Amino acid sequence: MGSKTPLYQAHVDAEARIVDFGGWDMPLNYGSQIDEHAAVREAAGMFDVSHMTIVEIKGSEAKPYLQYLLANDVAKLKDSGKALYTGMLNEDGGVIDDLIVYYLNDAHYRVVVNAATREKDLAWLENVAQQFDVSVEERSDLAIIAVQGPEAIEKAQSTFSDEQKQAVAELKPFVAAYAGDLFVARTGYTGEDGYEILVPDNKAVELWNALIKAGVKPCGLAARDTLRLEAGMNLYGHDMDETVSPLEANMGWTIAWEPEGRDFVGRKALEAQKASGIPRKLIGLVLDGKGIMREGQEVLVNDEVVGVVTSGTMSPTTGKSIAMARVQRSVDAEDVLVQVRKKQIPAKVVKPSFVRKGKSLI
Amino acid sequence: MSQIPAELKYVSSHEWIRDEGDGIVTVGITEHAQELLGDVVFVEAPEVDSEVDVEDEIAVVESVKAASDIYAPLAGTITEVNEELEDSPELINSDPYGDGWMFKMKIDSGDLDSLLSAEEYAEEIADE
Repeated sequence: MGSKTPLYQAHVDAEARIVDFGGWDMPLNYGSQIDEHAAVREAAGMFDVSHMTIVEIKGSEAKPYLQYLLANDVAKLKDSGKALYTGMLNEDGGVIDDLIVYYLNDAHYRVVVNAATREKDLAWLENVAQQFDVSVEERSDLAIIAVQGPEAIEKAQSTFSDEQKQAVAELKPFVAAYAGDLFVARTGYTGEDGYEILVPDNKAVELWNALIKAGVKPCGLAARDTLRLEAGMNLYGHDMDETVSPLEANMGWTIAWEPEGRDFVGRKALEAQKASGIPRKLIGLVLDGKGIMREGQEVLVNDEVVGVVTSGTMSPTTGKSIAMARVQRSVDAEDVLVQVRKKQIPAKVVKPSFVRKGKSLI
Repeated sequence: MSQIPAELKYVSSHEWIRDEGDGIVTVGITEHAQELLGDVVFVEAPEVDSEVDVEDEIAVVESVKAASDIYAPLAGTITEVNEELEDSPELINSDPYGDGWMFKMKIDSGDLDSLLSAEEYAEEIADE
């Protein structure tokens, strides 16, 4: 038996199919994952993501600590609540994890990391923290509910008090604010607008049920995966890991090279990689024939294997099979072949962003 | 508990077999199998007139999540495939024992005794 979120019983009562995810018993789907996917693209759906790890970084050197720890630069964060997406790298430039960091003040940042990487992340955070005057404190008393979709904000707000509504009324994308005992962030992992709401464990069921009443559909990890892949968002452990640099994972935009004087873990390795030529890149694929691309399948050009699918699925929004694949940097073909089971099927190379705000981009 | 019709035969790889008489059987996947797979989005049917042996991989059912091979439950010749599944693979989810049937075959021997009864199949999946 794995760890359970405060919403576990609610999932069981809703007859969700429960699976292990990074040591947690999580809902994979409640009914049809395609219906759950569609709810997020067309109206509003919600996910229990309480398995994710929340860490408070506090202390006089919180800012220099994070500037050294992360590839993106927290100095960009000037207003309270502002969020930043970044990789946390090892000395070789490999991605230990991807995460979101929220700025609260110069002596307090809040970091949300993946569930499956919790232990190594905490160990790394602690290890680097030894050189700084900071404390690293995990918050295991908070649940997280992600409410996503074109109607997500309106429906979520309908469960809020007037005071809470006021607190989030002006919330811009990628910014968070306290609203009573909630911490409401306008972030997500679906390519739709919405909130990720941090809520005290003992209030999570109440909020979940209020959101159901407001017409928000519970969605499982299966729909979360198809939604994030359509949105072209990486999944740690699949699209990147410690053997992959952000430059090879479409995360170049998350590396803050300026100011040049800022040393961060992995910087030297990334600079060396840039100088000598980045060996691989992450591309998007749209299958031209029948079949479904899956993680691990080979990508071929002129009968030669040039890469591998890192995430693949049938995209419910477009009705096509879409994938991300890591291939040799030199691949500039517009069409490739993918070894889908026993057949080689043509696929078009696209930017790995397939659906945004409900609209197909392919 | 998923439905396991008493009048059908089964194999442990989750196909069901209906005896249509004259050595013809209809084959599909069980309700339990479609629950495990989730939303079915693609079916690769066997070829009509192909001769198949027991446990040959002859078809594929793919859900959003995963691909699952379909095995020939008996030796024989494929006589018909459910063409509706090409455009409506979700019939396997909504009606696995009815409109979601996958193919018919003429079996080499009329003997279905090697197959599992509903009761035996229920025991198999209870152990999973």
